[in-house]
Amino acid sequence: MIRDQGIGSRLWRFAIWAIVGLFVLNLVGVIASVIVDSFATRWLGTWLPAGWTVSWYADAWSQFQLGDVVQVTFEIAFCVVVISALLGVTTAYALARRDFAGKRLVILIFLLPLLVPPLTYGIPLATLLYQIGLGSTFWGVVLVNLVPSVPFVVLVMIPFIEQIDPRIEAAARVFGARTPSLFGRILLPLLIPGILSALLLVLVRTLAMFELTFLVSGPSTQTLVVALYYSVFASGVRAAQSIDAMAVVYMVTTLIWLVLALQFVSPTQIVARARPQN
Amino acid sequence: MTDVAAARSDRSVGKRLAARGFDGTTLLVLPGLVAIIALFIYPFLFGLYDSLRPKAGEWYANYAAFFSDPFQRDTIWATLLLALPATIVNLAFAVPIAFRVRLMRRQKLLTTILVLPITLGTVLVADGLLNFLGPRGWFNRVLMLIDVIHTPLRLTNNYWGVFASLVITGFPFAFLLTLSYVSGIDPAIEQAAATLGARARQRFTHIFMPLLVPGLAVTFCLSFVQAFAVFPSAILLGAPAGPTRVISIAAYHAAFELYDHSLGAAIAMIMAAVQLIVVVAVLGARALFYRGSASGTKG
Repeated sequence: MIRDQGIGSRLWRFAIWAIVGLFVLNLVGVIASVIVDSFATRWLGTWLPAGWTVSWYADAWSQFQLGDVVQVTFEIAFCVVVISALLGVTTAYALARRDFAGKRLVILIFLLPLLVPPLTYGIPLATLLYQIGLGSTFWGVVLVNLVPSVPFVVLVMIPFIEQIDPRIEAAARVFGARTPSLFGRILLPLLIPGILSALLLVLVRTLAMFELTFLVSGPSTQTLVVALYYSVFASGVRAAQSIDAMAVVYMVTTLIWLVLALQFVSPTQIVARARPQN
Repeated sequence: MTDVAAARSDRSVGKRLAARGFDGTTLLVLPGLVAIIALFIYPFLFGLYDSLRPKAGEWYANYAAFFSDPFQRDTIWATLLLALPATIVNLAFAVPIAFRVRLMRRQKLLTTILVLPITLGTVLVADGLLNFLGPRGWFNRVLMLIDVIHTPLRLTNNYWGVFASLVITGFPFAFLLTLSYVSGIDPAIEQAAATLGARARQRFTHIFMPLLVPGLAVTFCLSFVQAFAVFPSAILLGAPAGPTRVISIAAYHAAFELYDHSLGAAIAMIMAAVQLIVVVAVLGARALFYRGSASGTKG
């Protein structure tokens, strides 16, 4: 590691850390203001609220029917996770183990949904789903969420599978393992850490996926983040604290899984996985 | 000769395919591929086709309507005016900070904090910014406390609110991507340059920058494309009828409020086309720079 000790580079270093500090401070301020407001009795024009209460949570829970919303959210997320695991891991296995003509095109097809912003392809996709009668249904919401999730699992799993030596599988074959036991007793145990981290990230992404779910969901198939959007959109109808209490519920349900996922992957990978790996 | 030919024709189709990489295992690619083609490629083509079948008029009527109506056409400029400055600011800060953080031993705390806004998404950030940047929010109060301003700045329900949300979610994204690229450059290269007497500035402009340009081009494209599709924060934090009526609002409005899915699809296609133009321009400019290995050994 090289460090210059001149006055100029010290000033430069100080400026960099000052900007990082300011950014983090503002970020914490944004999140803290939601949390503080959700516990406030009244908060008008002062540094901190006049008093503290937890009653807004009960209020939000009954007013926004959060029980139902949370249940639907996790049902949708569960289906998305299971289906994208099945489709994604099998596809990733084939892509990791075989070299065939058109493989680059196939990888490009899996890369595109991660690079194109959801709203761009979401509008034609939602139109199509409404035309075939899947709009605002449970399975419609699950289907749209598969579009970013399946490629995500594929691209996370390919390097994971590539690092497993094919000779292990060959050895298992030599000892007479058939495909199911090869998969169940050799591959799965080796792949579990990768699958688990990929699925946790899919879960986090599905819980936080606003655009696609927003375009397709109906009144009874809203996820938490869509319900939050509608309540912020119509702010003034309900107390601001009640909306912020709902925002905190959303934050907690998302962050639990993020913290779990971070046990397996580093934060840099969450973003950088989405880029082409040749 | 004839023996070889006979042997060739004897080989079954399956074996010949297997030699080219197609066998039972390759077929496992199909379930996922079919799902993505059905849910991503086909809807996109359907959107293109749908956009060319307007409710009334010639096949290009939707596109003509979009470009002849200033209220619609200007959404492109409104979006570019938000997305380009936000992307440039995010990248301009991300590069020097990534260079500093690369030397840090305990990066995980910082990167974890920074991954929060990406994970939580724009809706929650918009809700938080409405409190935080509001006339009585902490941001204005601090500025008034240190006597920078005397009356609160108006930072929500206008351009600056949306800009702030693009920075708060976009900067961590650009930073984490840049950090992964910067960490991929072998430190031995920098040490070699330092040994040969290159100063910090020279090491940056002559050693790191050329190696980093391809990564920065990709980071710019991804950040820009995300910013260009800004949607919830433009509605919640901006002035969706005025200066922050971005193109995604126009597309959503046409498709789901006017129920003209053909026009909505057309605007979505225009949106994709603008993104593609900027991405192609940036990646084209990238080709002018050095391309090669960023690792030190056996490069």
